[in-house]
Amino acid sequence: MTRPSRQILPQDALDDTDRAILNALQDGFPLTPRPYDDAAEPLGIAGSELISRLTRMRQIGAITRFGPFFDAAAMGGAFCLCAMEVPEDRFDEVLAQVNAHPEVAHNYERTHALNMWFVLATDRPEGIERTAKTIEKETGLKVMLFPKLEEYFIGFRVQA
Amino acid sequence: MTAALDPTDRRIVKATQAGLPLTPAPYAAVAEALALTEAEVIARLASMQERGIVRRIAVAPNHYALGMTANGMSVWDVADDRISELGAQVGALPFVTHCYQRPRALPGWPYNLFAMLHGGSRAEVEAKRDEVAALLGTACRSHDILYSTRILKKTGLRLRDE
Repeated sequence: MTRPSRQILPQDALDDTDRAILNALQDGFPLTPRPYDDAAEPLGIAGSELISRLTRMRQIGAITRFGPFFDAAAMGGAFCLCAMEVPEDRFDEVLAQVNAHPEVAHNYERTHALNMWFVLATDRPEGIERTAKTIEKETGLKVMLFPKLEEYFIGFRVQA
Repeated sequence: MTAALDPTDRRIVKATQAGLPLTPAPYAAVAEALALTEAEVIARLASMQERGIVRRIAVAPNHYALGMTANGMSVWDVADDRISELGAQVGALPFVTHCYQRPRALPGWPYNLFAMLHGGSRAEVEAKRDEVAALLGTACRSHDILYSTRILKKTGLRLRDE
């Protein structure tokens, strides 16, 4: 099960070139036969160095994902933010039950009575309701659904 | 709603949803695994990007590992007749990464506007929260911040095997 590290990297874990790579590749990556070579050129490095730096940054946990980001809604599916109030003494058990569903794309523990917040991503709209109901049945806990009604802006960029 | 994926698109999604190969010709590697040509994989990904199915091909940095250790989901109870106008203004703030109107869940959850705030510390996030509060003014009746204390899973979209 993917459980990304919450280790903070030491200041010197990334050099300026690594940071330039993270900033540049948040915007996009070429759809060309030799995309690493093409993406590396404006950064002043070789494609092979870009590959080795990305490999290392993935290994040390500086990168969460690298590749295509798919929009479930555009594929005829759906995304939905969900929340549950999970008793502390059952947290790990419920977490395992929730995370076992491949539809659970992200899951965060948060500081609130509603302490587990996850995103369901399904390839058909009815999958949201069905998965939520299944989780309710498995855990005996209510799954609250917070579908987006309107999206005001999504900015992806964080200065690395 | 855009037409669903055809079976070949679907195979490409499944082959790349965990990430792109870190090899010099990654689309050729995907093509080989699927018995397609490199040109077809590239053309289909480009078409999916045009149709909005692929939002982007990019890197997602781990905010937390990079020192953005405070990640607050700020939630606001905003007057219904002002939310579209004010939501757009909150979404336009440079430090807000995601901003959505979502349904309230009364009585326990009066909040209908969600805005993600990131910072190097909770104090930094709370200073940003104050800016949002000033912008919303009297149109906002109450608000809260939910900090993430653990990432429990982060895999992105996964298609099921069917």
